[in-house]
Amino acid sequence: MKSFAKKFLRHRVALASLVFLAVVSVGAGFAPVFTRQSYEVQNIEEKLETPNAQHWMGTDTLGRDLYSRVVYGARMSLSVGVITALLSLTVGTLVGAIAGYRGGKIDAALMRVVDVFYIFPSLLIAILLTVYFGRGFLGILVAITLTSWVTHARLVRNLVLQSKEMLYVESARSLGLSGTRILLRHILPNILGPMIVSLTFQIPTNIMSESFLSFIGLGLEPPYSSWGTLANEGFRAMKSFPHLILFPGTVLFVTLLAFNALGDGVRDVLDPRGKRDFGA
Amino acid sequence: MGKGLFPYILKRLLGAIPTLLILATFVFFLMRFAPGGPFDGDRVFPKDVQAAIDARYGLDLPLWQQYLKWLSSVTLHFDFGESFQYVGRTVNEMIGSSLPPSLLLGGLALVFAVALGVPLGVLAAWRQGTWMDSSAIFLAIAGVSLPSYLIASTLVLVFSLKLGWFPPALWEERSSVVLPVITLGLRPLAITARLVRASVIETLSSDYIRTAYAKGQTVTKILFHHALRNSLIPVITVLGPLAASLVTGSFLVEMVFQVPGLGKHFVGAVLNRDYPMVMGVTLVYGAILIVSNLLVDVACAMLDPRIRLETAEG
Repeated sequence: MKSFAKKFLRHRVALASLVFLAVVSVGAGFAPVFTRQSYEVQNIEEKLETPNAQHWMGTDTLGRDLYSRVVYGARMSLSVGVITALLSLTVGTLVGAIAGYRGGKIDAALMRVVDVFYIFPSLLIAILLTVYFGRGFLGILVAITLTSWVTHARLVRNLVLQSKEMLYVESARSLGLSGTRILLRHILPNILGPMIVSLTFQIPTNIMSESFLSFIGLGLEPPYSSWGTLANEGFRAMKSFPHLILFPGTVLFVTLLAFNALGDGVRDVLDPRGKRDFGA
Repeated sequence: MGKGLFPYILKRLLGAIPTLLILATFVFFLMRFAPGGPFDGDRVFPKDVQAAIDARYGLDLPLWQQYLKWLSSVTLHFDFGESFQYVGRTVNEMIGSSLPPSLLLGGLALVFAVALGVPLGVLAAWRQGTWMDSSAIFLAIAGVSLPSYLIASTLVLVFSLKLGWFPPALWEERSSVVLPVITLGLRPLAITARLVRASVIETLSSDYIRTAYAKGQTVTKILFHHALRNSLIPVITVLGPLAASLVTGSFLVEMVFQVPGLGKHFVGAVLNRDYPMVMGVTLVYGAILIVSNLLVDVACAMLDPRIRLETAEG
């Protein structure tokens, strides 16, 4: 772990990304501290202002302060990204580990399910699921998790299959340890590296999925906002008021860039030979 | 290979049938159990009118009967039924007219991505560690970090609203193809460039490349003839997921640019609970995914004789 920290600190791009993401997360977490205006109070007299001293990023069509909306939007976008990535990693690990370790019919059955999910056009299914579970935080969480766990299941299954053949697992088995114990205490810690890499890349993918859902109008109901809903509002007024899409769009882009660069760095340090899986 | 190819393709296509069936069943019941119905609007119909509408579209039957009816009409007559949203138009007809623009858009985007992504990746690998390499890497990360609607809005702002080179939307002239194709193709371009780079770097360190240098081959020939050829397999493998991301990405791009393709219909159909249309579009998308994955596997086997086409895994 010490060498990991050392190597990571030497990776300048990854380090810069981590610092940036930390700033964004703190900003999102303590949003009231970092904003002077409310994100929901409408002030029609001040609508559609371009950036000025009072409103750093201008105001939207209803006169709400765009900067505050972007900061509060970060809460939604980041939490959806992180929570769904963790959930899908958990589900994927569970399925992949059981399939890989047990093998045989259980493996075949579970992988059949994975194959079916793999062929599902994910964004389409996410749209259907949002309609089914209703607009809102919970619906979005379920929709994104259900369409993103498959990649992790495949990865973990392959890793477990490889580890199963290794000597340390064999010796653990010959000591009479139970399957669950071998999986949890011996195999999982050994394959944690690639799993963390996969998690780091899943976060930006899921933030993007949420922003897509919000962009097409299936995200949170107003007055709540995520970067996707802000981009949606901005897109419609783009011709005359480009600042409405410019600011949320740039913040979203730079955040995703930082997550992806961080993922690259973590992979370089943890798992130099691993290749990124670009599953849809 | 050769001989085994046709039976292999046939087996894979047959294997796709249960997958599509599961997809169809899942979407059918998901749609039906979702709150809201196709004819719930602001207007409340009198009871007998509502009953007449339901009877007209078969919505008065028990759910399982509706399912079987839909299934048999699709499997026996390849008839996806009548759209609820657009009265008097069949789903077959609407998919028939909106599939060509979608395929054209996706196909051109794939060509754009590969035609630019491969040379970019080779260049970055050849000049590994230089500014060319770093900018290619940056481009690759940026490409996967940009949501398509942001690419679209930037392109529209700059190239159609400011410069007036291309139309901002619609699918009328040849030039209207340009912005949607770039929007859709940028992400796959980034992924391709990155993969080609990694793969070529690995190949360039192998012995036969050193031999080629020693023989006095030109750099271009070594790069594009010797190295690239052996670096293509991982690239082709990823074309499957890429085609998938083009498929799902296309519908957002179609919405933004008002392209009269499949994707444009999908969201409207979901929101209006146009059940037959949703089913039709989902199945077409699923089928496209299956076929593109199959094509990728076949292409891999053709490029690399060491890879055998196996049906055991399905």
